[in-house]
Amino acid sequence: MIRWLIGAIGLSFVASSALAADPIDIRVGYLGQAGIKSKLSLVEQPSENDGIAGARLAIEDNNTTGKFLNQRFFLEEMRLKEGEDVAKAAAALADRNGIIITDLPADALLKAADALRDRKTVLLNSGAIDDRLREQDCRANVIHVAPTRSMLADALAQYLVWKQWKRWLLVVGSHEADKLYADALRRAATRFGAKIVQEKVFEDTGGARRTDSGVTLIQRQMPVFTQGAPAYDVLVAADESEVFASYLPYRTWDPRPIAGSAGLVPTSWDAAHDQWGAIQIQNRFVKLNSRRMTARDMQAWTAGRMIGEATSRTNSGDPKVVFDFLKRPDFSVAAFKGQRLTLRDWNLQLRQPILLVDGRMVVSVSPQEGFLHQYSELDTLGLDRPETKCKLN
Amino acid sequence: MWRRCLLSGMAVWLAATSPAFAFIAYVSNEKSNTVSVIDTDKWAVTHTIKVGQRPRGIEFTKNGKFVLVAVGDDDKIDVIDTATHQVVDSLPSGPDPELFTQDAAGKLLYVANENDNTVTIIDLEKRVRLGDIQVGVEPEGMALSPDGKILINTSETTNMAHFIDTATREIVANVLVDARPRYAEFKRDSSELWVSSEIGGTVSILDPAKRTITGKIEFNIPGLRREAIQPVGIAITKDGKTGFIALGPANRVAVVDATTHKVTKYLLVGQRVWHMAFTPDEKHLLVTNGVSNDVSVIDVAAQKVIKTIQVGELPWGITFAQP
Repeated sequence: MIRWLIGAIGLSFVASSALAADPIDIRVGYLGQAGIKSKLSLVEQPSENDGIAGARLAIEDNNTTGKFLNQRFFLEEMRLKEGEDVAKAAAALADRNGIIITDLPADALLKAADALRDRKTVLLNSGAIDDRLREQDCRANVIHVAPTRSMLADALAQYLVWKQWKRWLLVVGSHEADKLYADALRRAATRFGAKIVQEKVFEDTGGARRTDSGVTLIQRQMPVFTQGAPAYDVLVAADESEVFASYLPYRTWDPRPIAGSAGLVPTSWDAAHDQWGAIQIQNRFVKLNSRRMTARDMQAWTAGRMIGEATSRTNSGDPKVVFDFLKRPDFSVAAFKGQRLTLRDWNLQLRQPILLVDGRMVVSVSPQEGFLHQYSELDTLGLDRPETKCKLN
Repeated sequence: MWRRCLLSGMAVWLAATSPAFAFIAYVSNEKSNTVSVIDTDKWAVTHTIKVGQRPRGIEFTKNGKFVLVAVGDDDKIDVIDTATHQVVDSLPSGPDPELFTQDAAGKLLYVANENDNTVTIIDLEKRVRLGDIQVGVEPEGMALSPDGKILINTSETTNMAHFIDTATREIVANVLVDARPRYAEFKRDSSELWVSSEIGGTVSILDPAKRTITGKIEFNIPGLRREAIQPVGIAITKDGKTGFIALGPANRVAVVDATTHKVTKYLLVGQRVWHMAFTPDEKHLLVTNGVSNDVSVIDVAAQKVIKTIQVGELPWGITFAQP
């Protein structure tokens, strides 16, 4: 009799959208680094909450949906200071949160992932673009929401080739990340039929980013630096370290467009993107954070939305259930890119179109028309299944 | 004389063979900030009306005298007088109105406001906002059940169809559907509710009484990648036997057997096909093709595209006066 009664109550709960039952609480951690990397352009200077702000919006969106499903989302933010032990911090965060969105450099991410290997904790990488994290250093407990360098480079190369700007002058910075980006650009050139007519290295000799008479010096320096190059259509700069690329537009010896780290830039998101309903999230983001939305913000939002998508579809906040759902072949998420985003099952990388932006407008979106693929055109961007070095587990 | 006789004879003959032929369609052009007026007698645009910024959702008022068009970037709904083809008034909506629906009496307007997760209720006579209903993230599709008791709103990022009791103005049920639900349409006999999911690539069939999903329409077009199939607009014939679904960048309209929920045919139309409307006699179906800036005319019985009409830039919504 009592059992029957409970059953009946259960049924009535279901009928009234289960509002009276205990809510499902989903606790999400955010693990990032304190401080910001300075940019050459003052208008591109990142905000202190770059990235986290996107996660916050995702949690807010998830809670709006959660109201109807009796799910509540919480975000615990942790920012590592220089020298702080990432493994310890990740473990502490994982004590309270089953899912962690990370915005960490590659080595720190690997430490965090390895520290949490024996737990059920799921990590969503929203910051690191290193290909090796999806290749030889891939981890079975990390989903990659951020695109890779090779995806970004391929997206740019497809457009430049479509534009018939096939002769590239490649200028590479002297830091490790710049070299990695240059590797990806070289690979893209070979893959899509562009030719690098010359390579130059721009040595970082140190010094202040901003000086009172900086422009005079740069105006003399950049034309000379680009003088005497063989005939080329476009200068492609690999300067993730923000040392020189933004100084190149309008200053090259020959009048040529710039692409890569300045000029036409491949990115997962831009504040100017307004297609495919994107204006709605741009408006929501500005309303919540009083600034415009960056690629890091969008990558963190997408990570948060993937969690929301999984919990609403499975009606569970269990990290294992969430993880299994995200890995299902039919998983997809909508993120204002004009098509569904899905996961590459061989390395848990999110497939996504890449925007090509000039700082004010979205110039194009890759993959470009005509770049075909037997499974998904999105797999024309980045390392594909047959090339992968990743072995999960 | 002869010629005149012949001509008038032809005219009589034409009128006799195609009775009640001339209908007027209004098409919102999202990019040009205009509304194109199409005369189905001539299959041509007869007027172009300037409206506010970013016109999308468009519908005749129930008395047929006005056309309402949501102008999202101006945060209002423009009112077009169909006699003068001019904007004569505007209604207050919430921010960024997109789609809306009216009650049967034409007294209340329910508007989806994308920017603040609400459905706004407007009194059409007094032209004031009566209130808001909180729904999911990015409300979009709107449909009223044939008995007027249940209002459906779809929310694009929450991925739900919200069932709202129009008497209490409260949500009574939420049904999860596939990603980015864009449009909702009831069968006339209330037996089914169809909800299109643009990114999910499906149309969910819901039982409006049980408020559950009973089936799904899936699409498969040889040679076309799955991501390009993005269902948006839906039209179902009055007898509930045939459905038409616009598939966005797949550039096709799917013809669906509305009993078995299987696609029977794909009709090639213009680029990025979006919304659609039947002529009141249901002989033709007009669909808006956003990227090719035109409207395709489908012969409903023959299931064939018979005409293409150039309109403004990025045509979005379309409406006919219901007799």
